[in-house]
Order: sequence, then C-alpha cells, then structure tokens
Amino acid sequence: MSDTPAFEPRIVAFFCNWCTYTAADLAGTARLTYAPNVRVVRIMCSGRLDPQFVVTALRQGADGVLIGGCHPGDCHYQEGNYKMLRRFHLLKRMLKQFGIDDQRVRLEWISASEGDKVQRVINEMVAQVRDLGPLALVGKPTPHPDASEKHAAA
Amino acid sequence: MTKPKVGFYWCASCGGCEEAVVDLHEAILDVVAAVDIVFWPCAMDFKRTDVEAMADGELAVCFINGAVRTSEQFEMVELLRRKAGVVIAFGACAQSGGIPGLANFTSKAAILANVYEDTRTTVNPHKTYPQATVQVPEGTLTLPVLDETVRALGQAIPVDYYLPGCPPPAKLIADAVGAILAGTLPAPGSVLAPNVGVCHECTRKETKPEKMLVTQFKRPHQVLIDPAQCLLAQGLVCLGPDTRSGCGAACPAGNMPCTGCLGALDQVRDFGAKALSGLASVLDAGEDAAIDAGLAGVPDPAGTFYRYSLPASELFAKLPE
Ligand code: SF4
Ligand code: SF4
Repeated sequence: MSDTPAFEPRIVAFFCNWCTYTAADLAGTARLTYAPNVRVVRIMCSGRLDPQFVVTALRQGADGVLIGGCHPGDCHYQEGNYKMLRRFHLLKRMLKQFGIDDQRVRLEWISASEGDKVQRVINEMVAQVRDLGPLALVGKPTPHPDASEKHAAA
Repeated sequence: MTKPKVGFYWCASCGGCEEAVVDLHEAILDVVAAVDIVFWPCAMDFKRTDVEAMADGELAVCFINGAVRTSEQFEMVELLRRKAGVVIAFGACAQSGGIPGLANFTSKAAILANVYEDTRTTVNPHKTYPQATVQVPEGTLTLPVLDETVRALGQAIPVDYYLPGCPPPAKLIADAVGAILAGTLPAPGSVLAPNVGVCHECTRKETKPEKMLVTQFKRPHQVLIDPAQCLLAQGLVCLGPDTRSGCGAACPAGNMPCTGCLGALDQVRDFGAKALSGLASVLDAGEDAAIDAGLAGVPDPAGTFYRYSLPASELFAKLPE
C-alpha cells in the first residue's frame, strides 16, 4: 500500500437559489448521498455567476468548478441562465487556452425537483476530476503589499 | 529650494512609454524646469553606478515602465525601490504585465528554443544558448538570466502608484507630475486615472443602446464601421465598458474599438474574466449553435481579454504542458 493519501478533489459549486440549490436541499432531505468533495455557494441566479468567481476559485485551490442553474425557460429572472450560458461558452474556450481541462468547469441545468440529478452530477464530476488529478496552476507571485499597506504599517 | 530628484527606468518594454514622456511636447520643459532628472538611461547617459552612489530615498520619485522578466530588471527595480521615496508603475506593462506579459502563455524553454534553434534563419549546430556566466581568456563574462515567467512591477517590488495606459496618455502624465509637485497625490496604492469606464468619455456614448443586444461579433476588418454609432452596438469587440478611462476614448474616436489598455476599474479583481462576462452577456442568442456562431468573432478570448494583464490575472500563466 502506498503512503500517499489518494487525491481528493475540491470542487466549488455555485448553485442558483431557485432551482439547483433547492434541488440540493431536496437531495439532502431525501437522504441521497453524494461525494463530500463539493463546497456549495448559493447565488441568487446563475446569471449572477461572474466568471471572476471561477478563476478566483481555481486560483484559491479548487480543482474544479460546478455551476448549477434553472433549465432554459425556467429562470426566475427570465434570462439569467441564458446570460450564464453565453459566458460559459466563451469562458470554456478561454480556459482551454490556459491548458485547463474541459471537465474541470461544468454547467448543469438542475430544476428544484431534480435532487437525484444533483447526486449524479456531483458524483460524476468528482470522479472525473479525481482522475484528472490536482489542478497545478503556475504559482502566482504574491503581490507585494502596496506602499499604502507599507505606510499604514509604519 | 532644491528641485526634487526624479528617475525614469525601463524593464521589459517596447519604448513606447519613454516616447510618451517625450510626447508631453513643450510641457516637458516645465517638468525639466521643476525637477532634476538624475536617472533616465533611455534618454541620457546614466549608469547603474550613479544610482548605487545615491543615498537611500534620495530620489523623490522614480517612474518605472515595463514588466519584470530578467534577473537584471529585478536587481534594478529593487535598487531603485531603495533609492526612491515614491515608485510609480508607469504604463500597462508595469501595472499589470502588458504585452510582454502575454509571454506567460508560453514557457521560457519554448521561447529560447524558438529564438536559438527553431526559427528558419537560425543556424546553431552546437545548440549554443546564452549562459549566465562564461569563461573567456580575459576572465568571466556574465549575462542576465531570463525568469520563468513575466511579472508586473507590483509583483516584484512594492509600488506606490499606477499610471495606466499603453502608453499612459499625456494628460494623465501631466496630471500626475502636477500632483507630485503640488503635493496632492491621492492615497498610496491608487491608480492615477478616473475610476469610470471609457464609455464615459466616448463621443459615441449617446448612441449606446439602453439594452445592448448583439447577434454576431465581428472583427474590424470584416465591416465598414459606422463612424458615429457605438462600436459595441455594431458588433465590434469594444472593451470600453470595462476599461478605465483617462485616454479621452481616443481609440473609439478613431474608429478603433477599445482594447482595454488602461486596465481594470478599482472594483474589478480580474480584468479578463470581467470583460469576458460583459461581452458574452450582450450576445443575443439562446441556442448553443447560435451562441458559438455569434462568438466566432472572438477567435482568441484569452489574448483579447488579457492582452494587457495576464501576469496580474488570477490564472497568471498557462498550465505547463
Ligand atoms: S505599456 Fe505599452 S507603450 Fe508602455 S512599454 Fe508597455 S507596450 Fe510599450
Ligand atoms: S464605442 Fe465602445 S467606448 Fe464608446 S460607448 Fe460604445 S462601448 Fe463604450
């Protein structure tokens, strides 16, 4: 047996309040078990998902990011999920240019009644990212404290 | 009264920022009258030993342009940081990595191989690469070493102010010099330009629709550009809404969509991701195929959105192969 613990991916999930987060709640009350690797962040709408959240999560240690929203046509705010879909297309293309595997960032439409889909998608994604291994971004030089902080400290 | 001592230095840069100082035209004479330029290797004959001979803090202000990519540049900016009371990152390269920062999409090894072996005009049978030190009969010769990645100035040394732009517009430079001389610089860490978007200053802003909808992004060579209408509304990739103003929206005025050189507004953490978000959001398409077709006019998203800020971005560089 090897001493190195098996790699356990960290996935940050952004779920919209009205559909996917409710579905995750349902999965919980229905006692559906899924992989414990996901940290869920509730946002009001998938359209609120700023791509900055995705790159920041990846920089701060996420091996993958899962975005969940209402099915097309079902958005509580009419078209937030369509906005997300457009950003997602462009973001995926850009992440590829950074050498980031397609499977690390995933968008799923999950309605409030689809607790079982939450379970399936999370388990699938955790398995895929586990196979990919840790996301090894190039270390970013820590920004030197601005002189403002230098002066404040003095 | 003794005049404040000022220095200018350049690192990984194109020379455009040096040119921008000269572009002050007659106003540069006022600057020269008010300050003592004691270090400016691009324009006058100064040596590193001149800087080393200065007392710490002797330079009132040092303007540094260019990104940091070599061991020599890092030594110089550390030295200048010690000698200067105020360091101003001058231009996009110093502020956020700029055009040289795009090198973080490739690797040092790939760059060296391309330059010293792969280009068609290179003949290098012994695979001679530059070395940090080499012995010759006369002694040891040394060369600066290329870093693995490109850094923005603020990632190498603490920076007091940022003067944005590629290069910084003459007005922003003149305002900054004025503020230095009058002692009215804002809080350290500030960007010395207004915290509003380029659209704010754009001559086309009246034609920018309330609800922006674009069915197809296009590249400038593919369309006859209407000289009065908002460029984004015409489907051109104009980053004006996401980019800090201070340039007088000179590019849109010249029929050229904004490419984002003045960088992010204060409230933005990652310029590229934010600009991508804004652009994709105005696309008027709902089906996957229509979305891809509409976005086909953005063939190189990473290069488009991080053109001036890759090293300052969250992702910083491409993943190693
Ligand atoms: S900021 Fe622009 S003008 Fe200045 S050195 Fe960099 S590329 Fe050249
Ligand atoms: S042309 Fe560009 S900068 Fe001018 S108003 Fe339109 S989007 Fe803004």
